[in-house]
Amino acid sequence: MPEIKELVKQLAEKHGRTRESLLPILQGIITEERYISDAAMTEVARELDMSAALVYGTATFYSFLDTKPRGKYVIRLCRTITCDMKGKKQILKTIEDLLKINVGETTKDNKFTLLETNCLGWCHKGPAMLINDEAYTELTPEKVSEIIGDYIKNK
Amino acid sequence: MPDKKLKRVDLIFSEECSCKDVLAEGLKKSKEEIIKEVLDSGLRGRGGAGFPTGLKWKFTSEQAEPEKYVVCNADEGEPGTFKDREILSRVPLKVFGGMAICGKAIGAKHGYLYLRGEYQFLRKDLDKALDQFHATIKEIGFDFHIHILMGAGAYICGEESALFESMEGKRGEPRNKPPYPTIAGFRSKPTVINNVETLVYAFMITRIGAKKFMELGTADSRGSKVFSVSGDTPIAGIYELELGMSLADFVEEFGDGDTKAVQVGGASGFCVPRKKFKETIIGFEGVPTGGSMMLFNSSRSMYNVLKNYVEFFEEESCAQCTPCRVGCQQLRKGIEAVKKGEKSAAYLDTLKKLADTMKITAKCGLGQSVANSFSSIVDNFKEEMIY
Repeated sequence: MPEIKELVKQLAEKHGRTRESLLPILQGIITEERYISDAAMTEVARELDMSAALVYGTATFYSFLDTKPRGKYVIRLCRTITCDMKGKKQILKTIEDLLKINVGETTKDNKFTLLETNCLGWCHKGPAMLINDEAYTELTPEKVSEIIGDYIKNK
Repeated sequence: MPDKKLKRVDLIFSEECSCKDVLAEGLKKSKEEIIKEVLDSGLRGRGGAGFPTGLKWKFTSEQAEPEKYVVCNADEGEPGTFKDREILSRVPLKVFGGMAICGKAIGAKHGYLYLRGEYQFLRKDLDKALDQFHATIKEIGFDFHIHILMGAGAYICGEESALFESMEGKRGEPRNKPPYPTIAGFRSKPTVINNVETLVYAFMITRIGAKKFMELGTADSRGSKVFSVSGDTPIAGIYELELGMSLADFVEEFGDGDTKAVQVGGASGFCVPRKKFKETIIGFEGVPTGGSMMLFNSSRSMYNVLKNYVEFFEEESCAQCTPCRVGCQQLRKGIEAVKKGEKSAAYLDTLKKLADTMKITAKCGLGQSVANSFSSIVDNFKEEMIY
């Protein structure tokens, strides 16, 4: 895994090699790789001179620090009651039908992962979702089909 | 009975002042003057808990330790709350200004803003505003530097001690208290941790003065507050309102004419049914809120609402202490069993006792506050839990 080694090294140069650097480094891996593999965690532990268990313990605590393989685009649909009241279930079904996956799954081409998440802070404009860091609000089945369609075609 | 009428206020977002002038003016004051002004204003924390802001600042300023910190809690995760996102995107300089004023008051050279991972998209504009702030503060000649740290999707990190743990690169598990942050916070140094909105109010108080701020609100709840209004309302959004109004007034303004309940304060807050709208005051003397106001009309199942909240807590519990880890699971299983008819209606009382036990035994605010929504929804909408 020479690429991971190089990435972790770069991130450590940028954020430092202390315990406080751990979260920014793990976040940096997510930005590049979308998930933190066992090999990446071991490499971070080696680079920061700490136990791999400690890296694992920290990474698995945070829902945005995925430790399972994820697609290039991670879709996080808000599951809070206010989004639910505005038609979140329909949005979910639309995405599932479109990508032919269920919540928690990744498409075969590794392009999309579909997840549910807790309050995204867009309750007045629900339903809302994140695709990686980008927020999409006031979703309708038509609107979400268009957005995902655009990702399929152009990204 | 509340005597305040619903009144819209424009302090937080008002553009009438130059942040630079307010900051320069504020930083000219001595630390004693700043703390006195904030204490006199009666400002209480706007994140939900409502601790007097001036006292936090005073306690921290009294610590002899030379290294101290200001932390801005921007880990807004309470379901139904989105005001901090709005504040950070519209008036970031006021937030940074509030942090600098606090830095002067307590003797801190570094401030940290902990931004929830869900708001990563704000980062670019925030960084730009921060550059502008650093240029301004340099011009004024005050030595203060702000750093932005990102969260990674954990509601519990909004709890102050869990937030410090997360800033230190650890799992966001709440610490035992005491010691409180004013003595041992970030890196175990004396730390003031305030919500985004609180810092903006502190900043505005240095401009308008404690007296003017105190003219708004009630004896227990001074000033105004930013509300995040969502659910069954034709005008969902962000509104700054004077504190101390009745919930009836609020519903008249924001409801859709058929409001049966309002969840005040998000999943960790209280559910108020229609029959109690008139007597309920929105403020620390009544039902406090960090800003979340979710309206439900008569078409909504309060069972679904409660189940959504309990599932939320179950997922977001850090699982460190048993009452919260096991309690949240059992509450969820319990209401499901009652709904399915596997357990009798009387079992709801057993579940309420469990929630009460969590209130006394859970380690932090998350586990302690599950009973708020649980008991208020079960008590007021018992039939909906059963049938």
